[in-house]
Amino acid sequence: MTLNTETLTRSASFHANIAARKMRGNIFAALGLLSVIIGLAMLVVLVGDVLNRGVPWLSLDFLNSFDSRFAARAGIKAALYGTAYMMFFTMLVALPLGVMTAIYLEEYAPDNWLTSFIQINISNLAGVPSIIYGLLGLTVFVRWMGLGRSVLAGALTMALLVLPIIVVATREAIRAVPSSMRDASLALGATKWQTVWNHVLPYAMPGILTGNILAASRAIGETAPLITLGALTFVPFVPRDPLDRFTVLPIQIFNWTSKPQAEFHDLAAAGIILLLATLLVLNSVAIFLRQRLRKRF
Amino acid sequence: MTSINLKPQIATPATPPVATPPTPVAKAAPTIIEDAVLEVRNLSLWYGRTRALTDVSLRIARNRITALIGPSGCGKSTLLRSMNRMNDLISGVRTEGGVLLDEVDVFGRSVDPVELRRRVGMVFQKPNPFPRSIRDNILYGAKVNGYRGNHDELVEQSLKRAALWEEVKSDLKKSGLALSGGQQQRLCIARAIAVAPEVILMDEPCSALDPIATLKIEDLMRELAKDYTIVIVTHSMQQAARVADYTAFMLSDEQVKGRLVEFGDTQHMFTTPRDKRTEDYITGRFG
Repeated sequence: MTLNTETLTRSASFHANIAARKMRGNIFAALGLLSVIIGLAMLVVLVGDVLNRGVPWLSLDFLNSFDSRFAARAGIKAALYGTAYMMFFTMLVALPLGVMTAIYLEEYAPDNWLTSFIQINISNLAGVPSIIYGLLGLTVFVRWMGLGRSVLAGALTMALLVLPIIVVATREAIRAVPSSMRDASLALGATKWQTVWNHVLPYAMPGILTGNILAASRAIGETAPLITLGALTFVPFVPRDPLDRFTVLPIQIFNWTSKPQAEFHDLAAAGIILLLATLLVLNSVAIFLRQRLRKRF
Repeated sequence: MTSINLKPQIATPATPPVATPPTPVAKAAPTIIEDAVLEVRNLSLWYGRTRALTDVSLRIARNRITALIGPSGCGKSTLLRSMNRMNDLISGVRTEGGVLLDEVDVFGRSVDPVELRRRVGMVFQKPNPFPRSIRDNILYGAKVNGYRGNHDELVEQSLKRAALWEEVKSDLKKSGLALSGGQQQRLCIARAIAVAPEVILMDEPCSALDPIATLKIEDLMRELAKDYTIVIVTHSMQQAARVADYTAFMLSDEQVKGRLVEFGDTQHMFTTPRDKRTEDYITGRFG
């Protein structure tokens, strides 16, 4: 040790204890790793079990058959079509409504208490339990509007459910467009709408699409509001028009798991694989788009 | 374009004119602008309850360069942004007095800020080309304003005027963002020229650029001043001295926010300032 006396006397009041401090860091790192392993292990067991039971059932017949009382003959066609129909109408309603709401709130709305009030409430709506939307849909769309327990009633309910998610995501995407782009456009004598249409929207588009895809994947997995609404569990047909009755993937899965025969449980696993694959594809597209947005500015 | 136009020739603040005090009679008489494109008349401005400008009156000479100088927060950018009503975009802005463009008050009812901004263009502090091709950057303003002429010609003319044509003519499809900082700023100037403005406002256009790129922009400004009126906000007194025909010195203090302290032709302003505060500022005693 080549410390001079002054340093020595000063260091007397410190208890560096570096070993103990580092130990605490190591303990934390170990706990973190353990948490990751627990989460991953659960996922591996779940997915492994599902794959193990479901994969043998996956076939073209499975995709192409309607539900049946016999597991060997049962397929997921009705749910697949039902989900596709419902999502089409859901996004047809939710996407334009959500995006236009977000544009208005971000670009046009005056900066006052009413706007903040609306914005806070839209954010809150994103956290409302989905079954509440089911009850709302049952009352408004099924009963008042007389749409029955139809694809359209389901789609409108889902649209309400994902609307706040779309609005929040779109607003964030719009806000990420640098104000220097708006300034540049306006300073050239462009109107506000020309600026929004030519610059804000195109630059925000990857973010807007990401938000919408994530919203769609949320809606695909939702079960509770549709059960509340009274979507069918046994549907041996493809919906012919928006007012037809329908079922969707998660309801079909739920239905099969509640049957006593073990074969149906394996069938449910096959349905889960299909649902998971759809969600994975959607989320990958969203991640891809998000990466592209990052590169731009 | 490599020669540096040092007009007007004056001493840099490193050798303060105070060191050799001129005889008191040498103090310049107030400068009178005969042919003004823009006239700021008793302009006061507030952001909400915060005052930013106090009773500013100033005439901007046609086809000349006018520099607005002063320490940070003195209101020079605010004054600049009043001239094309970019301040309108900030909520809670209130103005009193007027800005006259060819004798018409730009805050008046007959003036649409959209039309005003085509006639009074703006170049910003940080180069902000659109993330599009060079060509589209130039054509955007023309398109939104319903330009009917030849697009190729407009692109070439605008880029030539902005001294950028030779560097980019081989690849007009390249993204504006792929250019260097100085090139981006010249692209922004070309883009502003493309809508045929009468006045070009420049808000510290060189603050994000290196000295070489800065000199290029300054040369370009001298060229452009033959056909356009330029108002530039700058932090650099040397820059004001190099490029500006006229200089306005602004100041904010506890009592008065954003006032015009002195206005005059640049040479007089930097050699024989009338006001003690101007003298202190240009000799580097504060700010």
